[in-house]
Amino acid sequence: MRLKLEKRPEPSLLMLVAAPVASVLLTMIIGVVVFDLIGIKGAKAVMDIFLTPILSPVKWQDVAAKAAPLIIIALGLSVGNRAQVWNIGAEGQYVIGALAAAGVGIAAGASGGPDVLLLMIAAGMIGGAAWGGIPALLRTRFNVNEILSSLMLTYVALQVLGFMVGGPWKDPNGRNFPATAPLADNQTLPIIVPGTTIHLGVAVAVILPFVFWILMSRSVFGFQIRVVGSAPNAARHGGFDAGRTIWLAMLIGGGMAGLAGSLEFSGMLHKIDLGFPSGYGFTAIIVSFLGRLNPIGCLVAGIVMAVTYVGGQMAQTSVHIPNSTAGIFQAMMLFFILASDILVRYRVRLLPSAKTVGAGE
Amino acid sequence: MAQISRRTLIKGAGALATAAMIGKPALAADKIKVGFIFLGPIGDYGWTWAHNKGREAIDAALGDKVETIYVENVAEDASAIPVIRDLAQQGCKLIFTTSYGYMDQTIQVAGEFPDVKFEHCTGFKRADNVSTYNSKFHEGRAVLGTIAGKMSKSGTLGYLGSYKVPEVVLGVNAFALAAQKQNPAATVKLVLIDSWFDPPKEAAATETLINLGCDIVTTHTDSPGPLQILEQKGLFGFGQGADMSQFAPTAHLTAIEDIWGPYYVARAQAIVDGKWASADTWDGFKEGTVMIAPYNPAVPADVVALADGVQAGYKDGTYNIFTGPIYAQDGTLKVKEGEVMADADLATIDWFVKGVESAS
Amino acid sequence: MSPEYIIAAIVTIVGLTTPILLAGLGELVVEKSGVLNLGVEGMMLVGAISGFGVTVLTFSPWLGVLGAAAGGAVASMLFAVLVLQLNSNQVATGLALTIFGTGLSSLLGLSFTGRIIVPFLSVFPDALAKNPIGRLIFGYSPIVYFALIMVPAVYWFLKSTRAGLILRAVGENDHSAHSIGYSVVMVRYAAIAFGGAMAGIGGAYFSMVITPMWAEKMTAGRGWIALALVVFAGWRTGRLLAGAYFFGFLMWLELFAKANGFGTTLPFLQVIPSQFWAAMPYVMTIVALTIISARGTAGSNAPACLGRPFLPST
Repeated sequence: MRLKLEKRPEPSLLMLVAAPVASVLLTMIIGVVVFDLIGIKGAKAVMDIFLTPILSPVKWQDVAAKAAPLIIIALGLSVGNRAQVWNIGAEGQYVIGALAAAGVGIAAGASGGPDVLLLMIAAGMIGGAAWGGIPALLRTRFNVNEILSSLMLTYVALQVLGFMVGGPWKDPNGRNFPATAPLADNQTLPIIVPGTTIHLGVAVAVILPFVFWILMSRSVFGFQIRVVGSAPNAARHGGFDAGRTIWLAMLIGGGMAGLAGSLEFSGMLHKIDLGFPSGYGFTAIIVSFLGRLNPIGCLVAGIVMAVTYVGGQMAQTSVHIPNSTAGIFQAMMLFFILASDILVRYRVRLLPSAKTVGAGE
Repeated sequence: MAQISRRTLIKGAGALATAAMIGKPALAADKIKVGFIFLGPIGDYGWTWAHNKGREAIDAALGDKVETIYVENVAEDASAIPVIRDLAQQGCKLIFTTSYGYMDQTIQVAGEFPDVKFEHCTGFKRADNVSTYNSKFHEGRAVLGTIAGKMSKSGTLGYLGSYKVPEVVLGVNAFALAAQKQNPAATVKLVLIDSWFDPPKEAAATETLINLGCDIVTTHTDSPGPLQILEQKGLFGFGQGADMSQFAPTAHLTAIEDIWGPYYVARAQAIVDGKWASADTWDGFKEGTVMIAPYNPAVPADVVALADGVQAGYKDGTYNIFTGPIYAQDGTLKVKEGEVMADADLATIDWFVKGVESAS
Repeated sequence: MSPEYIIAAIVTIVGLTTPILLAGLGELVVEKSGVLNLGVEGMMLVGAISGFGVTVLTFSPWLGVLGAAAGGAVASMLFAVLVLQLNSNQVATGLALTIFGTGLSSLLGLSFTGRIIVPFLSVFPDALAKNPIGRLIFGYSPIVYFALIMVPAVYWFLKSTRAGLILRAVGENDHSAHSIGYSVVMVRYAAIAFGGAMAGIGGAYFSMVITPMWAEKMTAGRGWIALALVVFAGWRTGRLLAGAYFFGFLMWLELFAKANGFGTTLPFLQVIPSQFWAAMPYVMTIVALTIISARGTAGSNAPACLGRPFLPST
């Protein structure tokens, strides 16, 4: 007896849904058993990590807040990843986007309202795109690998942030702590669900995946990206400009990261300090791939990631699992989901014995 | 090999089980819950470790009336808001948020839970149900500076810091001024590494300071790494936040210990008694929030006497390192002879004193 | 600057460079086999706690290094099974490995926090390292010499041995290699394990040599630098060595500039903020690669199959 993989002609839609669900269920079962073994109430721990964040009337807001930037960044990265342009510097683009929005907010002074907010968000997108444009320029002009330049620019962005919030933009009333002044109320994003913390940026994160989905499946650009990604040589012969694809992929990736940064700044945090960069840009890379580079997939994957973060932190206080255990648990779930991916693309067949197959290979 | 790994695993699992037990005393319904938000892991042997000691002090002193819970590794961004809120929703009556970066998040959640009391460490924004508290770490720095100024042969001292924030600037200035009282020619070379925790960078920065002639280096970052470098080189340094002598038995002259326990117990007691009120607390030697660890035998008796004198002076109010005349780096007179800098000015300081050599 | 000073600076630079050189060499071999493992940071952390823990338990740093290599390799096998057996996405799996390694090392480290070991320094007689020149040559941990020996060893292996040839063939064209009869999967398993072991030893350099202690996340992002180094080197062993030392030099230069109080001693530098020096290693790395690339000598040696799953057509 042996297992054999057979490629499906079309990815299985059933498996596309069933496999990740089964993975999460498997993670939960293992969690119950392992936690019980080490003396933690397993069922309660697993409930808190996976279910309470979605079911609780308040916790879903935290999940939404955490998922929004992940989804927005992952959408942009998916475009690049499809075209095999590797932008791993979204974290830096996120930071620069937020800084650009802060710059507009400061320049606007006391004025606010929708106009200023729109300008701030536009500046965020432009800032992020500009930071993402540097690797594109270096790649198209000097053939510099974008993996290296985008990653290195993330570290540079962190220092730019440190300089701006500790220097020119330091809050004059902030007792010389490095942070920008908190935004005035007229420069913050409105809350869209009364009585909650759900701000306009969360709505953007829900709508954008569908916009991207239509763009990617219906537009020439989406087609081009897919062709370049799946068959670069064919694309070159087909007359697609590889340089243009790199530019677009980096600008969109950077622009989305910048958008996420400016929304997080104007919707959630209202100021920028040294704690602002928190790894969304890196986590979004996983979200992008977990979502199979599909916009709707990114939406779901972003929510799943957010659930495990929020749940992991809750379980620290409710059943007292250490933070490190929550991390291992999260990784285990990711491993299962990634492993189950194979069921989408392949059919697993049980063959009677190795011999009969051997001849065919 | 396999056996060793297995033993490690078992020990790890055991520790996990223990860690789970510690925070989980029997859930008596009438116990008051007190929550903690920690920046790092409780095993960082620095900032968070010291705060967790303070939490354990509550367990020890009020364990029959109070139950404590905590969350580690909470980022200083918007995601801190749900974590703080979660503690409030779980019924905590008192919540300590133990890093500067939780300031606005604490204020926001405090607005949503007027019945819950909050304590924010090192910040400056208060509300009716939000207190702030901090420690005068710089008083301890004055003791270290006294020892360093007296014991340094080269007169060149090293200071390894994180960021240019008031706490670090105060530490540098107190250290330099105290050293100059012992050796007027003493200079302090300052390296800010733009991180609170980066052991390899801290180690390399310490080596660089040593190579430039510093024979005593004090650290204002969170790992014991620099001390271990000093130990290897046969030079001296000080522990940061906790007694770190086990990491560097010879090099560790003494340490500034952050003692949060008394304050935490007092505030929890106030909740139990229903007497909690919003306040701004900035304690030092006098209140026991800053302590000096036991001196290394390498510290000569006369230096011990000087160092003890500084501590005693702070306790009875006769000593203040920020007494004029104090000159800034460029030589301008900042504090006139006989004047003492007010706490409000100290809390926002952003200039270095004369004798500090820094990149910016 | 005195010769003593320069030698002391070189010793510091060697310390900054060795971990990223080790991890980078391992990742180079992995990528040469056609696999992209972004989990270097996680494997380094597992190596750091394994090396430290074994040393604490056995009092033998040599066993500690072996433990670190084993720890890193075992962690890498999780990744290997997923990407080789189940064809999971390499980028996402590598990132998940970093999350896993961070959590696992913290958990294992709970019982080792606050303990110390004797740093794994030079094993040569002290007399040899007495004078500056002696220190320059004999003053390092055995791990440093191991890293330096591994550079020509990896070069020779990839260039001149049959196994190295097979490994490169697998990375360049897995289907051809498969059709000639090589087991693509087995070759990649071996490469990933080697990469894990090297990352593990690189991690152990932090916990056993630089700062002989365990602290969570003590590698502080060096795994990412190692990944970038492989790209910087254009997948060439010699250039990886040069790149690692170049980066080590830049990290030292930042600290040197700050410690020398450039702003105080050279007033015209006062306008330069401290963040400029902190950003410099990263900016200079980009500039250097741009110059190399623009001159057309980058000759990207990137394996053609890098990051793609191998699906034998049957």
